[in-house]
Order: sequence, then structure tokens, then C-alpha cells
Amino acid sequence: MSTSVKDASIPTIPFKARFSRWFGRNLLRIYMVFGFTYLFIPVAYTFAFSFNDAGKSNLIWKGFTLGNWQNPCGAPQICNALGNSIKIGALATLFSTILGTMIAFAIGRYKFKGRSTSNLLIFLPMATPEIVLGASLLSLFLVFKINPGFWPTVIAHVMFCVSFVVVTVKARIASLDPRLEQAAMDLYANERETFKRVTLPLVAPGIAGAALLAFSLSFDDFIITNFNSGTLITFPKFVYVAAARGIPAQANVIGSSMFFLALAIVIAGQLVHRRRSR
Amino acid sequence: MSFTLPKVRVPYLLLFPGFAFLFTFFILPIANLAQTSTQTPIPGGDTGQYQQTFAFSNYLNAFLDNREQFARSFIYATLATVFALAIAYPLAYAIAFKSGKFKNIFLVLVVAPFFTSFLLRTIAWKQILGEEGFVVPTLRNLHVMGQSTTITSTAVAVVAGMTYNFLPFMTLPLYASLERIDPRTIEASGDLYANGITTFRRVTVPLSLPGVVAGTLLTFIPAAGDYVNASILGSPNTKMIGNVIESRYFKIVDYPTAAALSFTLMAAILILVTLYIRKAGTEELV
Amino acid sequence: MAIDPIDARGDLRLTRITKSYGDFKAVDDLSLTIPEGSFFALLGPSGCGKTTTLRMVAGLEEPTVGSIHLGDTDITTTRAYQRPINTVFQNYALFPHLTIFENIAFGLRRRGVKDVKEQVEKVLSLVELPHLAQRKPTQLSGGQQQRIALARAIVNRPALLLLDEPLGALDLKLRRQMQIELKWIQREVGLTFVHVTHDQEEAMTMADTIAVMNEGKIEQMGTPADLYDDPETAFVANFLGQSNLIKGKIEGRDGDNLVIDLFGQKISMPSARSHAVDNTLYAGIRPEKFRISRTGSTLRGNILSGGRIEDVSYIGVSTQYVVAMPWGQELMVFEQNDDGVPPFNKGEEVVISWEPNFTFALRGDEDVEAGTEVNPEEIQE
Repeated sequence: MSTSVKDASIPTIPFKARFSRWFGRNLLRIYMVFGFTYLFIPVAYTFAFSFNDAGKSNLIWKGFTLGNWQNPCGAPQICNALGNSIKIGALATLFSTILGTMIAFAIGRYKFKGRSTSNLLIFLPMATPEIVLGASLLSLFLVFKINPGFWPTVIAHVMFCVSFVVVTVKARIASLDPRLEQAAMDLYANERETFKRVTLPLVAPGIAGAALLAFSLSFDDFIITNFNSGTLITFPKFVYVAAARGIPAQANVIGSSMFFLALAIVIAGQLVHRRRSR
Repeated sequence: MSFTLPKVRVPYLLLFPGFAFLFTFFILPIANLAQTSTQTPIPGGDTGQYQQTFAFSNYLNAFLDNREQFARSFIYATLATVFALAIAYPLAYAIAFKSGKFKNIFLVLVVAPFFTSFLLRTIAWKQILGEEGFVVPTLRNLHVMGQSTTITSTAVAVVAGMTYNFLPFMTLPLYASLERIDPRTIEASGDLYANGITTFRRVTVPLSLPGVVAGTLLTFIPAAGDYVNASILGSPNTKMIGNVIESRYFKIVDYPTAAALSFTLMAAILILVTLYIRKAGTEELV
Repeated sequence: MAIDPIDARGDLRLTRITKSYGDFKAVDDLSLTIPEGSFFALLGPSGCGKTTTLRMVAGLEEPTVGSIHLGDTDITTTRAYQRPINTVFQNYALFPHLTIFENIAFGLRRRGVKDVKEQVEKVLSLVELPHLAQRKPTQLSGGQQQRIALARAIVNRPALLLLDEPLGALDLKLRRQMQIELKWIQREVGLTFVHVTHDQEEAMTMADTIAVMNEGKIEQMGTPADLYDDPETAFVANFLGQSNLIKGKIEGRDGDNLVIDLFGQKISMPSARSHAVDNTLYAGIRPEKFRISRTGSTLRGNILSGGRIEDVSYIGVSTQYVVAMPWGQELMVFEQNDDGVPPFNKGEEVVISWEPNFTFALRGDEDVEAGTEVNPEEIQE
């Protein structure tokens, strides 16, 4: 039987053993700090140099100014390029989300002949280098005498975004408990109502995530756009062309704003999600 | 609307618009690219006018003329993939197992740099590591670097740039597969006389293999076809196959060679990827 | 690299262990000795600190202060893989990428044991699943996974085997069967088993000694019969089975017995079974110790009259009654259906009686609700 040892003094753990365990436990956390610093150095640099009073060539620190933020369209062409990127991004997001979501439902919810071929067709555009996607599409447009420009760029963007939408939405559908739909039907909802009131609301966060991903892929794309946009200028193209001479600080303003905007959207999404799941 | 349609047709109806689109703007262009790749210039025609002559020698010539760039593309992409894996694995591991309730915040932070244009970030690196940044002068003053040595315009810069730019593509799938591991299996391994290293080798790595495979593919494929890092951070001596394809298209207007190069690149990547997936033994990727 | 776990056998001794997470003390100044060769259960509701205690013994957590000894060896800061202790994890934690054979061989291979194949086969036949060696864990049923998890641990012949809610994921019938098997295997292999559970029936079926834990401390420790018949606190009285606790006052002594006043009616009980510290107390009687009789019957022992049947539930082996007493309390009574007497009806006036020796007494300042509000099905996390 047990004996009571309550009156014994409290044994303590030697410092050395404690420290080595602490270090072992926190090594990864220390690493994490370095990892994130590495990831954010260029972001911080871009943000810092958006306040540079540098005029056209934003290479060396010349002094602090808020002028670039007060006049983001100050550099020639920059807001035109930004506008094009936003328009292309919005259209590409809309179409690729619709097409991709439909495909995701077909693959994620039904068993049918040709399902694995369908999966392959979705995987292939992701496994093809962007330069090949861009070049092949340009060749096709040239064959049909379609001039590169706004709509060819939208089409190109929809094409490479669809696969990413499918993968994202499919993952969400796969994580759904099929019993929820069965429960809805058990509670007198027909197929259409079940879809509208149960399935769609549950998949919605996945669709929203996919749309955000599609927009950021489209907005940031350079290689495919470069092939199919002709003389149309987008924000990445503007930066690339300007890079040779040194980019204006307004580009840093726009880059930083996009960063904070996207971060705000993601964090808001997280908060909404957290409140709902409470 | 009511569901009077036979149920069998529903998936096909859902697939139709998307697949019609992908067929027209992905399959057809690739087929057309194949067609273009065996054309030759029309004798006496203008620049940019070609006819189909089934000149498969285009492939041989394209490959032989650009062996160096091909080799460079695959070496740089492999290096960038290996470095990204080395950096991302501990990071993904830490987020999955050590960040507690801040998990989602850290995940957002991994993706966040993405939202600043990747060109801006690449140019930022160029300026940070360039002659006028503070890193190079500091290292020179400390005599770590020679007075005439540079970081930018070298292969090191190109590989580093690619490593940086594709890091989130590596981190996210790694995180996804690590996060799925039941932490109790890792504890069980320790309980069964495996020390940290053995546990990592025998339990953690095998269980995270699908993420390793997905991450390396998502990094390697775009890296092998990339030309932006090479043109911003590199020099003529670091040209990759992407740079060649780009200039064949836009500067020389040599469509057949560009097409043949694109096809060779795609085929090489597909073969490597297939071999790799076989070796890794995971086929649940698709 | 082959690991050589430290060679220590003997009793497990926890000395003044505290584990804090910030301000919260999961385990609070706990001391405990578990004798070699015993089947020991740590019983308590979720969040009582029993799993934390187990994890500290396994080496998966480190105590904030205190020490852990196995025999004469201090293992407080020894790593999990160096301890001759193995765990059967909650939800089993089988390696999903390895076959059943390799799962069981895992520990043997790490220690560089020679006859791996022979030992794995032997333990597989002990758990009666030799035909599953080449399967993967996901292809097994819950009960089979449970046995494999057990086999994976005992194949290493540890000085101590820890079981963390090992039967929690099984259905009731399988759980009963596994309880008996576990007990049999423990005798067969002769290891010390430490079993953590929230299921009092499971603990009582299997363990020689039970420690009831609540809020990071041990409430009471003893054999299942000791704990059930003579609980020292309201928490133990309520958590282990059900108890009727009636407020009373000590009126006097009669030899080895106490005379107690319960709302004007006198009863007696052995003074050795009282844990009261002053004149106030709660008299405790288990529901199956009560007898119900019609008013006017001749009765021996302690008697409480003036009851009225409030509710009757017939459940086969017994009938459960709720009896309302004159002072407003409702008592639980379980009657065996073995006397051919037809059950009482709702509304009947009855008298309750019991053998004085079955009475126990708790301190008068106890919280009579302690241990009743916890939901034993709550899974820890």
C-alpha cells in the first residue's frame, strides 16, 4: 500500500535539465522568428521605401515624405495599370470561381465515369510551367488572328485560376460530413433546399477562399500576362518595365496597400469564422 | 426548377462549361503548340511566317543550342526546391505543433508576403543585396566578402530569389500534412524508445511525405519554367530556359523554336515528376 | 542508434508533484506510491489532473516541482525514450504508415533487440490476432486496434505499463470484454499497470487499488470495496456510485456506536465509519442498502419513517424508487426483485430501514453536490 510522504521537502528539478529542456522546446520557436523575419524583409523594405522622397528612381534613401501616399497616381501610367489589373482580376475571379466551383461539386459529390480523367485535366494546368501556358495560348490567339489585349488576358487568367479554385473548393467539400445533408433530407428538405440551406452555406468559406486565391494569383501574375496582354499595361508589367530604370515610390505605395488590404480581408474572414464557430 | 433530370447527368452538366473552357484554352493551345513546333520558315516569307513541314529536327536543334540553359534551369530549380524544403519544413512543423491557438495567424503570415507583388519583393531583394544596399558594404567592410565580389547578378542571387518566392508554395502543403499527424503518434514513438532524431526519421517524415511531394512539385515546376528571377537578379550568364523561350517569342519571333523548347521543358518536367512520384510512392496527389 | 532504457524496477513513487500551467495547477502537491506488480487505477472526472499525472510518469510532461522515482532511480527529468515505461494511448496512436508487425516491432528495433520476429509473433498470439500482422492500422476495428496498442506496449516488458483511457473509444459490450482480458493479461505478464479512467465501473472491475482524483489532488485511495463502502468525502461518495446523504447531528455515544439525529429520528452507526470533525455530519447510505416496507411492519436496524413513494422504475434485476421524506429530501432506493413481493406503487406510505453497519458519515461542511455534476462521458482535451 501507499505511504504518505506529505511531510517530505519538495524536490526541485536541477537548472541544467530545465534549461536543456526549455531550449529543446523553444528551438523551433526561435527558428520561427528567423523564418518570418526572412519572409517579411522585402515586404518591410517595400513599405519603408514607399515613404522615400526619391522622385522617379526609388533606389537610395533620400528622406521621409508622405507625398507618395498622398498622390499614389503621381507616376505616369501607374493607376491606369492598377485599374487594368483590378478589372482583369475581378473578371477572372468571377468566371474561374463559377466554373471551378461547378467542377468541384461534380468531382467532390458524384461518382461518375471519367472522374479520374477529370482529376487529371484539373491537375495538368498546375503541372505546366506558366511560360508554356502563356506561350501556347498566345500561339492559339495568333492562329485565330485575335490580337492580344484585355480579353485574351482575362481568358488566360481564368484558365490558370480554374484548377486552383477546383482544388480549394474540393477540399472543403471533402471535409463536409455527408450526414449533414442526409439529416437535412430527413427533415423534409428536398434536394434543392438541402443544397441551398445546408450544402452551400457550409461550402461558402471554401468558395470565398478560392475567390481570394484566384484574385491574388491573377493580380500578381506576370509571365502569362506578359504573353497575352499585348500593349495593355498591368501593375506587374508596369513594375517589370520600370525596374530597369528604378521603380517609382508610388509602386511601393500600391504594393503595400494591397498587402494591408488583403491582410485585413483575411483577418476579418478569420474573425467571422471564429465568431460563427463559437 | 425541379430535379427532373436523370441523376446520372448532373455531374456531366456541372463539368461541361468548365471543361469546354479548359479544352478550348488549355488543350487546344497545347495541341497547337505541338503543331507549331515542327514548322519551318516560309522560304522568302516575312519574319514570323511559318509553314508545317514536320521538321522534328527543330527539337534537336532547339535542345542542342540551349543545352546550357536547360541544365541551368533544372539545377537552379532543384537547388531552390531543396533550400525551400530545408527552410520550410521546420517552419511548417513549428506552426503545426508549437503555435497553439495562434496557428491560424501564423498561417496567414506565411501567405501574407504574397500580397505584395512578387516583382516588388524580388526587386526589393535586388536592392537590399545590391551595391547600394547595406548588406554588401557591411560584408565588405568586415572582409567577409572581397571588394569586387557581388551578390546580385550571380547564380546565388537567382537561386536565393527563387527559394524566397516559392517558399509559401512549399510551406502550405507541408503544414497541411504535418497538421494532420496525430501528435500522440509522435509521443508514442518517444514512448517506444525512439529519440528525437529517430522519431523524426521513422514517424514524422514518412507521415508528412504527401506534403513533401506536393510542396516540392509546387516549387520545382514553376521554378524550372521561371525567368523573372533570372532576369531581375541574374546576369546573361544565369539565363534559364524561360528567358530563352521568352526572347524567342518576343525578340526573335522564332515561334517554332520557342514551341519546341516549351514542349521539351514540359516533357522533361512531366517525366521527372512522374519518376519522382513513383519513387516517393504517393499517388494521392491528384 | 539503439536506445538502452535505464534499468530500473520497483515501486513507482511520486513525491510532492505539482504541475502548473500559468496560474492553473493541473496537479497540486501530489504524492503517491504504486507498488510493483499491482493494477492501479487513477479515477476522476475530466480535468482532474489524472492524465497530466500519467503523462509526467511517461516522460511526456515534466513536473513543475516534485520528483518521480522508479525503485531507487530518479526519473523526474529522464526523457520518455529512456524510461522503461510504455503507454497504451487514448485512441491508440498506432503508426498509420507502418504494418501491425512493424508497429509492434517499433520499440524492439529501437532498443536493438535480436529476436524481433519471434517476440512480435508471441505477443500477437497473446492478444489473439496473429493473422493481422501484415495489415495497416486503418484496416482494423476499434477493438483490434486496442489490442495491438496493448501488444505494442507490453512486447517491451516495461517496468510499468500506463493505460490512458484505453477503452474509451469502444462500445459497452466490447469494453466489458476488454476489461476482463486486460486483467487476465496483467496477471499473465505480471507487469505493473497504471490505468487512467473516468469510468468508475471500469476502475472497480479491473484495479486492485484506486486513487480518486479531483482538482489536482487525491481525494481518497484504497481498494474498490474500501472506497465504495466507506467513502471519506462527498466527492468520492457521489463519484463512485450513488449515495444518499442526509444532514444530521451527533447526539451521543453508545459503546462503539454513535447515536445520530436525522431530522428528529434517531439512528446509530459505528463511530469508526464517521469522518465528521464536529457534531454536524452527513449520514451516507448507498441506495441498495435500503429496504422499503409498508408502514406498520416490524423492522430491525435503523428506521426512517414517513416516506412516500414518488417514482418507480422497474429495470429487471432491480426496481428503483424515489422516496420523498417528511423533511423534503428525496432518497434513492434500489430493491432487488428477489422476494416475490409486488413492487410498491406511487403514492404509497412507506418506512425505510437498513443495517446500521452500512452507514458512513461525512463532515457536516461538505458540499453534498460534489462529484454529482460531472459528466463522465466528457472526453478530455
